[in-house]
Amino acid sequence: MTTVLNIIITGLIMGGIYALISMGLSLQYGVAKILNVSHGEFIMIAAMLTWVFVNRGIHPLLALVLCCPLTFIIGFLLHITIFRWLNINSGTAAAYESNAMLLCFGLYFIFSNIAMQIWGSNPVGYQFLNRSVAFAGTVTAINKIVVLIIAVAVSILFYLFLTYSRLGKSIRAASQDPVAAGMLGMNIKMIMAICFGIGAMLAGIAGTLISMYSQVDTGMGMGYTMIALIVVVLGGMGSIPGSMIGGLILGFVGSIFGYIEPSLSMVAYYLIILVLLLVKPKGLMGR
Amino acid sequence: MSKTNDRGGARIKQQIIPIVIVAVLFGLSFLTRTGSALRPSYYVVLFVSILNYIVLAVSWNIFSGPSGYISLSTAAFFGLGIYVSALLGEKLPVPLLMIVAGVISFAIAAIIGVITLRLRGVYFTIFTFGLVLLLQYFILWYEVKFNNLRGRTVMAVPYNTVFICLLILAGIVLIAAYYVKRSRFGMALTGIGECEDAAAHIGVNTTMVKVIAFAATSFAIGASGAAKATTMIYIDPPIAFNVMMSFMPVLMVIFGGAGSFLGPIIGAIVFTLLQEQLTTKWPKWYMIIFGVVMIISIVFLPKGLVGSFGEMVGKRKKLLLIAATAVFMVVGFIFTKLLAAAGTNIGGLVFPLLFGIIGFVIFANVLKRGKEAA
Repeated sequence: MTTVLNIIITGLIMGGIYALISMGLSLQYGVAKILNVSHGEFIMIAAMLTWVFVNRGIHPLLALVLCCPLTFIIGFLLHITIFRWLNINSGTAAAYESNAMLLCFGLYFIFSNIAMQIWGSNPVGYQFLNRSVAFAGTVTAINKIVVLIIAVAVSILFYLFLTYSRLGKSIRAASQDPVAAGMLGMNIKMIMAICFGIGAMLAGIAGTLISMYSQVDTGMGMGYTMIALIVVVLGGMGSIPGSMIGGLILGFVGSIFGYIEPSLSMVAYYLIILVLLLVKPKGLMGR
Repeated sequence: MSKTNDRGGARIKQQIIPIVIVAVLFGLSFLTRTGSALRPSYYVVLFVSILNYIVLAVSWNIFSGPSGYISLSTAAFFGLGIYVSALLGEKLPVPLLMIVAGVISFAIAAIIGVITLRLRGVYFTIFTFGLVLLLQYFILWYEVKFNNLRGRTVMAVPYNTVFICLLILAGIVLIAAYYVKRSRFGMALTGIGECEDAAAHIGVNTTMVKVIAFAATSFAIGASGAAKATTMIYIDPPIAFNVMMSFMPVLMVIFGGAGSFLGPIIGAIVFTLLQEQLTTKWPKWYMIIFGVVMIISIVFLPKGLVGSFGEMVGKRKKLLLIAATAVFMVVGFIFTKLLAAAGTNIGGLVFPLLFGIIGFVIFANVLKRGKEAA
């Protein structure tokens, strides 16, 4: 019983983080048509920056507030420079999609290696709310609970933003039919750049949250990118609720395998995708 | 009359290029005389790398170039080849190892292809990339759990033998690439790349064509891995299934020109030389430079070296482009000499190659703009 409860709690925390990461990736692919393979590097940059900030005496929650605009600006600037040039230079939409993905692999090499030059490759960490609470026989660190609350709050806020705000409605319109949305007077290029920025920002929030409860290092990016890609394929490309559900499913699977055979969790994720793509190639909530 | 002559000319040309390939590769085989079996010359070692990358890049281009299905599974089949060598290296000679690795890669690629080639666009790419990580994690888990070891040693084989084996494999792959591009099969692949539904409507069995192309190119990749493994001495899953082996061929092909015959070969040679010199002299900067060149070539040379060169209208512009690239390479060479005089020794080819790439990118874009304005 305790084990089951432990698995559920761990699964919720992992699922919350995974959902946050995948929502960003899903938004970047759904609207800006960029399958951002360097997504994990934004997580890594935010996590390492948080560590730097905390070492300078800044509270981790304040670092979270600082990392949001920073990662947003990095994503926004990337989109209005190289991705816009790429869009001009590649002929068709399909060519742009595959070129943009390859470009992100280039960004991945640059970001991860520059970070490794600056911060080295050793794991680093800091202490934040390191006490534990006992609940029905299970012991959970307070920082993990705080992380879960923030992750859920950000996910809900983001969903509300997309559903009710004016910019959110424009984003959804642009994802459904960019040409028609452009004709109705929306600045599609700007919306796409903002979407890419928001995706990077969500990755940044996730990175800061991850650094609150575990050690981080400069090579952590690719693992999270793979998880985000799996979740997005699982939930359906471009579907935000799909990403939330997919993130939770993957969190629980990861948490179960963490108890049975941790080194096989990646294999398990991959087999899930294999089965899903055979049964329902568009994902759980895919259009 | 002239039409028949043209056809005759085309037919002769069709035979000339394979003969040229065989002649060049036969000429290269004399390189083995420059060193003994125990102490191979530097050129043999270098050409083992170059030929290995040529096999990977050209194989990748046979399938992914015309069809537009970007496969990142190269490292998976390359790694399978490496593991075949590690397991059977003491029992079989290199050519047999290559055939066994090729057959295993072919079989696995055919199964994977049947399952995944229904997926379109980025789904396929993600899936093939995941395949590399899946095999890597699974083999690592299996080795640690059941054999209680992390890595394995590979039976060393004289470099000259590996060199000749790779030379023959490269010859087969190059000639196959040349003929496939001109065959009905190659046209079917191009049709799939341009519009898959239309290709299916005019009677192309798209799934069959894709699976055969994917599996056949994986054969060459697996065989190449088996040959290269014998020069690696020690391997473990992260080394064998190194994701870089998936990206290098893609970058080489995109840089050289996807869908063209010469492009992947040029890309493979340029990047192998860069890699050889940067990893020995500037290991920290190698990956960053790799990423920057990758981004520049994707953004500013979407059609690659060969494609951009073909876009130049008229002989004058083509000559101008070649001259500009040559001038930039000479400047890079002088720069290297100046740095060497100042005491910083960097591999002799790094700056000429990088400067040449920059020069080509600048002039190709400037001359193209000129054409559009006119």
